[in-house]
Amino acid sequence: MSGGNGNGRPEKLRGYSAWSLLRRGLTHEDWPRAWREHELRSSYDAVIIGGGVHGLATAYYLARDHGMRNIAVLEKAYVGGGGSGRNTAILRSNYLTPEGVRFYDRSVKLYEHLAADLNFNVMFSQRGHLTLAHNDASLRTMHWRTEVNKLQDVDSEVIGPDRIAELVPYLDVSDETRYPILGALYHPPGGIVRHDAVVWGYARGADVHGAHIHQQTEVTGIDVSGGRVTGVQTNRGRIATPVVLNATAGWSSLISDMAGVAMPVQTSPLQAAVTEPVRPFLDTVVVSGTLHVYVSQTDRGELVFGASVDPFASYSMRGSLEFTEGIAGHVLELMPALHRMRLLRQWSGLCDMTPDYSPIMGPTPVEGFYVDVGWGTYGFKAGPVSGEAMAACLATGKPPEIISSFGLDRFLSGRLVGEKGAAAVGH
Amino acid sequence: MMLLPCPWCGPRNATEFRFGGEAGRRPDPASASPEEWRRYLYFHTNPAGWSTETWYHGAGCRRFLTVERHTVTHEVRAARDTATGTTGEGIS
Repeated sequence: MSGGNGNGRPEKLRGYSAWSLLRRGLTHEDWPRAWREHELRSSYDAVIIGGGVHGLATAYYLARDHGMRNIAVLEKAYVGGGGSGRNTAILRSNYLTPEGVRFYDRSVKLYEHLAADLNFNVMFSQRGHLTLAHNDASLRTMHWRTEVNKLQDVDSEVIGPDRIAELVPYLDVSDETRYPILGALYHPPGGIVRHDAVVWGYARGADVHGAHIHQQTEVTGIDVSGGRVTGVQTNRGRIATPVVLNATAGWSSLISDMAGVAMPVQTSPLQAAVTEPVRPFLDTVVVSGTLHVYVSQTDRGELVFGASVDPFASYSMRGSLEFTEGIAGHVLELMPALHRMRLLRQWSGLCDMTPDYSPIMGPTPVEGFYVDVGWGTYGFKAGPVSGEAMAACLATGKPPEIISSFGLDRFLSGRLVGEKGAAAVGH
Repeated sequence: MMLLPCPWCGPRNATEFRFGGEAGRRPDPASASPEEWRRYLYFHTNPAGWSTETWYHGAGCRRFLTVERHTVTHEVRAARDTATGTTGEGIS
């Protein structure tokens, strides 16, 4: 167990190196487990509910930067099994609101150095991100986003069909399609990352700095006394704690209900699918808001397709035929050459959608009960910055400036942060 | 695929309907305070279980329906016309 090394810089996470790879390759020695299992203590200084990228990143920064080591992350199943393992792993910061751009840009910056910070290869590939415009209204929004982005030093520009055709082979940029491509918002720093590696890297980092990670530990109740949190009930017993963070995305309103805090969210599934692997040909991420589809090619060669959320409330993670038909049709409108490719599998993850497509972060009316929820369709890309900001919030009791616009109180005061740059929003 | 038992049209694919969210009473716009109005607009129960919802059968009878649906299993145990209360089996 180790923390800072006295010179203000966090200690390097050891254990993985070219030397250890060579040594274990030669000796066939087993690798140590990336994080340990612990007995559940009867009290912690802080309890984080949800072992996804948000919960684990918060634990990591809380232990590393704020010296809070007596903390636990409770996960009802296994780490990274919720939204963190079900998203399409796209990172970008070309949002529309100044609050959103600043926030997601910090996240991309943290992702750029994450592999070195965690000593874990997260395979962040900044291959460029294109959001296609099929009509004048979306082209106008693209220009608007570009200007907002430029003001915050985020690399964004609107490009025309010729340039798009150079960047994306096989894309039908002719004007004979039902939704001709008029232009695109091009965002070179955007890309994809290996989402499991991010979760595992944060789990390992949190463990090294002393946090306990408890899998198969489901929260069944939150104890509130005199308006403040005193503990959580789990299927493995009660834990006394003065600080609880709800980082459970799709299940966030169920957890907040336990503390008596109402949430302005609706849970809906978002479905995604992956094809059989083919040779690399697509080295950008292509998104169409009009057609509700995004396409990228993984390092293994599979094409990953995502859509928008199912148009009704649901906690079901079953796939639907409507989705498969829809996504196949939309992908073929963009890239007719893919007509013989086969889908390997489809899955879905739960999104807790907020009315303004921005997250809900910070304190609640119950003292000691914090939320990092409302992650809708954009939670994974915000993992590092959310962890950093929520760690500061938990340690000091006050939300740092970068998340000050995302408080729960905005829904009753009317100061919404309408994020029309979110993936679920058509333009 | 999810089938909703429309009282007028019989069991129909959910894609024919538009989801209207959890059924609830709208406060009087003339007398509600902004806070009451925002609470009505934004805050919902969001249950993982039985939920009473409004659905609009846009591609069918064009009636508003009140549907009791399980949000985990998608099972539907009741559906009636919101205005008339009709729960008929419908024609299939």
